[in-house]
Amino acid sequence: MKKTVFFGALAVAGVAAGAVAAGTLDDVKARGKLNCGVSTGLVGFAAPDANGNWDGFDVGVCRAVAAAVLGDPTAVEFVPTTGKTRFTALASGEVDMLARNTTWTFSRDVDLKFEFVGINYYDGQGFMVPKSLGVTSAKDLDGATICIQTGTTTELNLADFFRANNMSYEPVPIETNAEGQQQYLAGACDAYTTDASGLAATRASFENPKDHIILPEIISKEPLGPLVRHGDQQWGDIVRWTLNALISAEELGITSANIDELAKGTQNPEINRILGTEGDLGAMFGLDKQWAYRAIKAGGNYGELFEKNIGENTPIGLARGLNAQWKDGGLVYSPPFR
Amino acid sequence: MTTLTDPPKESFRLGMLIYDSRYRSITIQVAALIAFLIGMGWIVSNTMNNLASLGKEIDFGFLKEPASYDINQRLIEYTSRDTHARAAFIGLLNTLLVAVLGCVLATIIGVFVGVLRLSKNWLVGRVMTVYVEALRNVPTLLWIVFLMAIITETLPAPRDFKSGEAEMLLGGTVAVTNRGTYIPEPVFSYSLGNIKLLEGFYNNSFRFEVSLDLIVILCVLIGGILISGLIKRRADRVQAATGDRPKTWHLRLAVVVLPTVFVLWLLGLFFVVPEIKGFNFRDGIHLRASFLALWLALSFYTAAFIAEIVRAGIMAISKGQSEAAAALGLRSGRIMSLVILPQALRVIIPPLISQYLNLTKNSSLAIAVGYMDITGTLGGITLNQTGRELECLLLLMLIYLTISLLISSVMNWYNERVKLTER
Repeated sequence: MKKTVFFGALAVAGVAAGAVAAGTLDDVKARGKLNCGVSTGLVGFAAPDANGNWDGFDVGVCRAVAAAVLGDPTAVEFVPTTGKTRFTALASGEVDMLARNTTWTFSRDVDLKFEFVGINYYDGQGFMVPKSLGVTSAKDLDGATICIQTGTTTELNLADFFRANNMSYEPVPIETNAEGQQQYLAGACDAYTTDASGLAATRASFENPKDHIILPEIISKEPLGPLVRHGDQQWGDIVRWTLNALISAEELGITSANIDELAKGTQNPEINRILGTEGDLGAMFGLDKQWAYRAIKAGGNYGELFEKNIGENTPIGLARGLNAQWKDGGLVYSPPFR
Repeated sequence: MTTLTDPPKESFRLGMLIYDSRYRSITIQVAALIAFLIGMGWIVSNTMNNLASLGKEIDFGFLKEPASYDINQRLIEYTSRDTHARAAFIGLLNTLLVAVLGCVLATIIGVFVGVLRLSKNWLVGRVMTVYVEALRNVPTLLWIVFLMAIITETLPAPRDFKSGEAEMLLGGTVAVTNRGTYIPEPVFSYSLGNIKLLEGFYNNSFRFEVSLDLIVILCVLIGGILISGLIKRRADRVQAATGDRPKTWHLRLAVVVLPTVFVLWLLGLFFVVPEIKGFNFRDGIHLRASFLALWLALSFYTAAFIAEIVRAGIMAISKGQSEAAAALGLRSGRIMSLVILPQALRVIIPPLISQYLNLTKNSSLAIAVGYMDITGTLGGITLNQTGRELECLLLLMLIYLTISLLISSVMNWYNERVKLTER
C-alpha cells in the first residue's frame, strides 16, 4: 500500500515533468493556442466579463503575446490559477506563461526555476479596513484579525511587518480573492491585506466602496510581472520583448489608433525597427517582422492597457504613480530596440 | 489414507512452466512481478531524470529553514521564525486534534442516532432516517463550507459585542461570534510549571512542553479509577459469596471525584473569562470558526455512517437473544448492555475502523475553511513558498499513512479484545 502510493506520486510527477522539455514556441504554434495562466478573477487585472471573455491588464499581456506569436489575440486559453496552484501549473507545462500579479522574488526566480521577463506593475502590499472601524494606520492593527491569501508573498510580509512592529494579529488564511471578499464583508476579519492594486480592484467590486479605506502604509515592494519556465531562452525572450514592445510603444507614441499609419514607415528608425519596416528583429527569435505590430495592435500600448483596465477613469481608479514612463517620473522603462 | 502410491517422478521440462498447472500460477506471478518492478523502476528513474534536468533534485533541507509565516491555531508555541518542520508539526497537531475530537463526537452522535432509528416511536425513527439520509448523501466538503458560511454570515462579529448589539451567553462567560466561540480557560494560580522536551533537536523543530499540573491531575484521576475498580471487584466477591451486592456507587464516585477536586483546589484552579479588548476577545480559549465548522461537519457527516453501522450491528443479533434474556427476567436496559451490545460490538467495530480512517483523511479538506492542518501548512504554504512539491507531498502521504495505520492497529487491538472467544 505504502509503495503504491509513493510510486503513484512519482508517476504523476514523472508524466508532468516529461511534458516540459520541448521548445515552447513550437508547442504553441503547433497547438495554435497560447495557454496563459491568470488569476481566478481580479477585476481590472484578469476577470471574465458577462459574456465569458477574459479582460484586464494581465490578460492584455497574454493577448499581446498570442498576437505576436500566432497572429491572433483571441487564440488564448486562459487558465485560472490560485496563489497555490500557479507555480505548479507553470512548472508542469500546463500553461506556457503566467501573467497573474506574481511578485518577482529571488527564490521564485532562482530556486523555483522560473524566469521573470519584466515588471508590468510596480505594487506594494496594503491594508483595507471598513471606515467604521476607526483605524487610520496599519500600526493601529494590533490584535486585529486579518484575511490573507495563502501561498503569496503577502503572507510572509504580513508576518514580518507585525513581528518588526512587535504587534500581534490573527491570520485567517483564504484561497481566493472572492473568498477573502466574502469573509471581509461578513466581518469575519477586521482587515484584508493584499497588493494595493488588488485592494483597489476588490474595493471597486463592493456595493459601497466608499465605506472602506485603504490604509496609507505600503509594507512591501511587490514588483509584479509575467513569468515563464526557466531554461527555454527563446520563449522567455519572446515574452520579455513583447512586454518591452508595449512599453516602448507608449514611450514612442505608438498607439492602436496611429499604428497603421506609422507602420507605413516613419522618420524614427526605432519605431521602424519595432514595427518591422526596417531590419528584421523578429527573425532573431523565430517570429516574423510584424510580431510587435500585432502585439501593440491587439490591445494598444502599455499606457492604453493601463488606462482601459485599471486607470483613473475606471472603477478601480489607480493613478500611474510608479507605473508612469521613466520620462514622466515613473519606473517603467524598456531597453532599446536595436 | 496411506494406500496412495507416489506419482511417477517426471523429469522437469521448461514447457511445464506454462502447460503444467502446478507451475503455471507461479510463472504468471513471477512474470507479473518482473513487469511491475520494471514499470516502477522506469517511473522512478524517469522522475529523477526529469527533476534533475529541471535542476530540482529531491532535497529535504528546506525543512530546517525558517517558515516565515504565521499560523493562527497553534496548540504549542510557534512563531514565524520557527522552521518549516515545526510548522508541519503544528499542522499535524491540528490534524490530530480535529481527528480525535471528530471521532469521539461522531461516535456519540452515531450511536445515539443509530439506536434511536430503531425506536418504536414512528416520529423519532423517521427524524433519524431523515438525518442519516440527508447527511450522508451530500459531500463532506459542502457540509464543511456550509457550516462555515452559517457561522460567518449569521453570527455577530466581535465589534457587535462592544456596541451592545450582541451579548455573551451563560452569565457573560461564553462569547459566540462569527470568528469562533470564546470559552473560559482554566488557569492554576500555584502552577507547577512545565517540562520541556526535545529541545535543541532538529533546529528545535519538535520541542514541546508538558504541563506538570496536567500530569498530576491525570495521575490522581487514574489512581481514583483504579481504586474504584478494586471496590467493584470486592463487591463482586461479596455478591458471589453471599448473593447480596453491597451498595458501592457513592464510594466509587467519591474516590474518583474527591481527590481530583482536592488537587484542583491545591493548585488554585480558576477560570479566566474572555473579554473584548480592541478588535477581538482576549483571554479564554478561542475555538475558531474554521475549527468548529470542520469539526462539526466531519462529526455530523461521519455520524450518519456510524449510525447505520450501529443499527446494522444491533439488528444482526437475533431476536431470540433478547427474548431469552427477557425470559430470564432481565430489564430492557440490562438486556441492551449485557446481551445485545457485547455481541453487536463484534459486528460494529470493523466497519467503525474504516469510518474513523475516513474522518481522519477527510480532515484534509480543512483548507476549504482555512483551518491550518498538516495539509494547510506542509502541503499548502510550505509547499508553495519553497516550491518543493514532491518532497512535501511524499512527507504528507507518509504522515497520513502513519496516522491511519496507528488508528487501525489500535482499533484492531480493541476488536481482538471484544471479539467472540471461541472455546
